[in-house]
Amino acid sequence: MSALLDVERLEVGFGGRTSAVRGASLTVERGETHCLVGESGCGKSVTALAIMNLLARGGHRTAQRLTFQGDDLLKLDDRGMARLRGNAMAMIFQEPMTSLNPAYTIGSQMTEVMRRHKKVSQRVAIDRAADLLGQVGITAPGLRLGQFPHQLSGGLRQRVMIAMALMCEPQLLIADEPTTALDVTVQAQILRLLAQLQRDLGLGLLLITHDLGIVARIAHRVSVMYAGEVVESAATAQLFADPKHPYTQGLLRCVPVPGKQRQDEPLGSIPGTVPRIGPGFEGCGFRDRCTFADATCAHAVPHQTAAPGHDYLCRLAP
Amino acid sequence: MTATTTLPAIELKSVGKTFRVSGGLLGKDRRVVAVDGVSFAVPPGGVLGVVGESGCGKSTLARLILGLLTPDSGDIAVEGQRIVDMDRKARARLIQPVFQDPFSSLNPLTRIRDIVAMPLQAQGSFSRAEIAKRVDEMLERVGLPGEMGNRLPAELSGGQRQRVAIARALVLRPRIVVCDEPTSALDVSVQAQILNLLAELRRDLGLTYLFISHNLAVVEHVASEVAVMYLGRIVEKKPTQALFHQPEHPYTKALLASVLTPEPGLGVPDVGLGDVMPDPANIPPGCRFHPRCPIAEPRCSTETPPLRPRPGGGVECLLVP
Repeated sequence: MSALLDVERLEVGFGGRTSAVRGASLTVERGETHCLVGESGCGKSVTALAIMNLLARGGHRTAQRLTFQGDDLLKLDDRGMARLRGNAMAMIFQEPMTSLNPAYTIGSQMTEVMRRHKKVSQRVAIDRAADLLGQVGITAPGLRLGQFPHQLSGGLRQRVMIAMALMCEPQLLIADEPTTALDVTVQAQILRLLAQLQRDLGLGLLLITHDLGIVARIAHRVSVMYAGEVVESAATAQLFADPKHPYTQGLLRCVPVPGKQRQDEPLGSIPGTVPRIGPGFEGCGFRDRCTFADATCAHAVPHQTAAPGHDYLCRLAP
Repeated sequence: MTATTTLPAIELKSVGKTFRVSGGLLGKDRRVVAVDGVSFAVPPGGVLGVVGESGCGKSTLARLILGLLTPDSGDIAVEGQRIVDMDRKARARLIQPVFQDPFSSLNPLTRIRDIVAMPLQAQGSFSRAEIAKRVDEMLERVGLPGEMGNRLPAELSGGQRQRVAIARALVLRPRIVVCDEPTSALDVSVQAQILNLLAELRRDLGLTYLFISHNLAVVEHVASEVAVMYLGRIVEKKPTQALFHQPEHPYTKALLASVLTPEPGLGVPDVGLGDVMPDPANIPPGCRFHPRCPIAEPRCSTETPPLRPRPGGGVECLLVP
């Protein structure tokens, strides 16, 4: 059986000047949490938007393969795509305040998705919305359905976003930094909830984050993005135990871990910043910041396999 | 040792600050208690980390110490001088801020060199040559190439902008720097660069920091002592090692449990706080944490927890001995 979501050699450009995604490949299996990790500007959000065909004006995507449940998304027209979005594939965005409409109640926003995709009565939709609000840990769901987004705290809004994404029983959930705007305590609660829903409903979850702590705790599989490319991909335990790409290694050294570092010891850091890359760029995008780079890195970068399912883009020997 | 060297760099004595928030056309005004009876002292050269969730009053605390807000009650002294008695110029020479967002805290139309020179110019007592010399030194000190001085903030990356903010804070050679979430808008690789820079500057220049952050892992790395704030009060304060290894307050324990360290296989912890959110306009009676506390007893909703002293601080909970 094919993967739930299969992306091969995805390219996204904006107006011929910037290459935001350069040949990124990833798959999400049914019941799998796949984390896409990287720093701002590495192309992870654009990848998600390209999969959903929600790129901003001027954005253009091409791919060798882009399938969802075996169906070719590249061949779908706008109406076909609109039938999938919010239905079989749903998305949760980072900022719950800007992605909820302030002028409508929670109830009317939640039922709208379902009534659009499924032939159900308002009564059935309201019941499902109340049931889901309960499932995401919101007390007094009946009261919340009649409230407006501004009457809810950030954590509650994010729970509403999750419940709304689940209204039509999606197979694939794409969550773009779902907890970045939240307090750490609320973040832990929301992630726990996502992991539990993912397990119970057998969802495929593509989670985009810059936080390696989140990745370690929730992902089955990790893809590290840098400058528009997936530079390393592996099962979670494997990636943290044996990172191969110098960028992955550098990222892991930057994160302060309580009890692991001495206070007077500086944190590892990666000098420099993410380059802006245009079309026609050759070689390794990380070479200017890499301590191991040599002249060969300016040309093609080999694709290597360290172990079954553990791939990386670097000339360094495994 | 002379008396001046033993003075705390920052000292707060039962400081309180309440805001009145309009209730709208017909609603009643609400009183938001941002800081309530906060006392502590930071020794010279120390780093006090302040942690807590949004709305706990940590940014108000920073603004009070900077003299940007006046406390309703209590006293704030910096190097033994009451902050309210100082004029702005004297205050600026002693204590400086570094704020969270390097995208909005720098004037987009002003060149980097002029941004860093501003505190010197505001003093009115430096010659142009002196200002130019100090700005160049400072830019180099924070790791910005001299030619950056002629650029505008929009031409710089987030990390470079935060270096500019640090240069601006240090150009008057203050004794104390208040860092309010200095790295939370930055990527991890850049965050590490900025934290290393702040640590190096503190060592070399003998600075004292008040370091506010919601990221406990960062606080553990930089702070010598840590204060945990909840709804305007410090509920636990201890030297860093003690706080991280022997947390006593249930809120501190919950905060520590929510830190997701990059260790695969541990899963996402259950922090056990429920979904009641703290509201600073409606502070619960008794222990203000009791509605979210996993171990609360009936008396926690009526009795006010006393401060139980500990080496280097204390803890406010009825249920700890």
